[in-house]
Amino acid sequence: MSLAKRIIPCLDVDNGRVVKGVKFVDIRDAGDPVEIARRYDKEGADEITFLDITATHDNRNTMVHVVEQVASEVFIPLTVGGGIRTLDDIRRMLNAGADKVGINSAAVFNPEFVREAAERFGSQCIVVAIDAKKVSQPDEANRWEIFTHGGRKGTGIDAVAWAKKMVDYGAGEILLTSMDRDGTRIGFDLPLTRAISEAVSVPVIASGGVGNLDHLADGIIEGKADAVLAASIFHFAEFTIQQAKERMAERGIEVRL
Amino acid sequence: MSSVAVIDYGMGNLHSIAKALQHAEPECDVHVTSSADAIFNADRVVFPGVGAIRDCMQALNQTGLSEVITDVAKTKPFLGICLGMQALLIDNEENGHTQTLSIIPGHVIRFAESLQDNDGNILKIPHMGWNQVHQVQHPLWAYIPQDSRFYFVHSYYAKPDDTSVVAGTAEYPNAFACALAQNNIFAVQFHPEKSQAVGLQLLKNFLHWDGQL
Repeated sequence: MSLAKRIIPCLDVDNGRVVKGVKFVDIRDAGDPVEIARRYDKEGADEITFLDITATHDNRNTMVHVVEQVASEVFIPLTVGGGIRTLDDIRRMLNAGADKVGINSAAVFNPEFVREAAERFGSQCIVVAIDAKKVSQPDEANRWEIFTHGGRKGTGIDAVAWAKKMVDYGAGEILLTSMDRDGTRIGFDLPLTRAISEAVSVPVIASGGVGNLDHLADGIIEGKADAVLAASIFHFAEFTIQQAKERMAERGIEVRL
Repeated sequence: MSSVAVIDYGMGNLHSIAKALQHAEPECDVHVTSSADAIFNADRVVFPGVGAIRDCMQALNQTGLSEVITDVAKTKPFLGICLGMQALLIDNEENGHTQTLSIIPGHVIRFAESLQDNDGNILKIPHMGWNQVHQVQHPLWAYIPQDSRFYFVHSYYAKPDDTSVVAGTAEYPNAFACALAQNNIFAVQFHPEKSQAVGLQLLKNFLHWDGQL
């Protein structure tokens, strides 16, 4: 008996609609976040993450409604990320029914924001999202840096040191995305995942690069992640979450079946 | 049909618990309220909570809800959730020993650092995710399979003085009390409102419970 490793599908939401083409054959409206969330809940998702990809002011109001609707029907933990910049943004999402919020760029520009957020709302609901990219040369020891603006802008900040700092500031969880692997479908950056996971005391969610079910298991076993996040392999109905859990269980990982 | 008051003392998200109660029992009258009268008039009371215990106790003491809770916890079917469970004990290590409501004898302590699982991996704190709950017989576990998984997120846990109040345990890596039962009180560390089907069943059981064993 022990804690299960988590599988978290991630939905990109733009103006209240799920984008990046969800392709379930038997779904009425492939852009409806509520319907898709319900589907993932039924398949056994351990949590659901919504990423507000444009995060304009109007869009955020729409996102609050999306969260409210989903939270009225789907009774598993919900995380909302994208454009969370103020304590008021956090309060609104939590009041709408989100359990956690993901803070990304705002943490890089103002680390104190993470401290204030954790003090006000508790570390349990503060997820710091880290976008990291490898900057070491092949003949050097591995080194990763924090990038912003969708991986276009380097910051010079060492990823492992940053993750530790964010935990000191009150992050209750780290969502780690490899910008080298994101969208490639060749698997997580396992050395990165492991380096961060072993450096911090809080749970780490691995993200970026999943192309098959073994990648998910690798993230847990080799990457030492506590949870794995994926989008496209579930959206395109290549695999169900149930299949992912069965594969992980075959590889000796404890899951909620 | 009966009514349930969800105590609102300004500590975060009550949308989920209210919706989950309504979903579990559509006929039930669910009130999210900070009014002492509304709490006294309800058939059942849910005491939720997230965040830091010091803020929680400050809010309860400032609003006078401490006395209301102490009172209804003696008389009505009462469900404490997460911080709402921890607050029922005597004190809490968080924020440098915070005095709590002393309704259930015992203390709330932090998970030790650097505990390891069977594979030698350091266990992360908070204890976050779906863990199995080993039940001790109680009406609120009706129709819920033994060792079902519930959703947890916490860094502190209850250590009651009298182990006969333990209604459920989880392991991380050592067994700890994650459900307590004392007369008409049932209290859980996990979040039934976020634990899918088994969580909704527990809420439904609570909404039909008369507070007797």
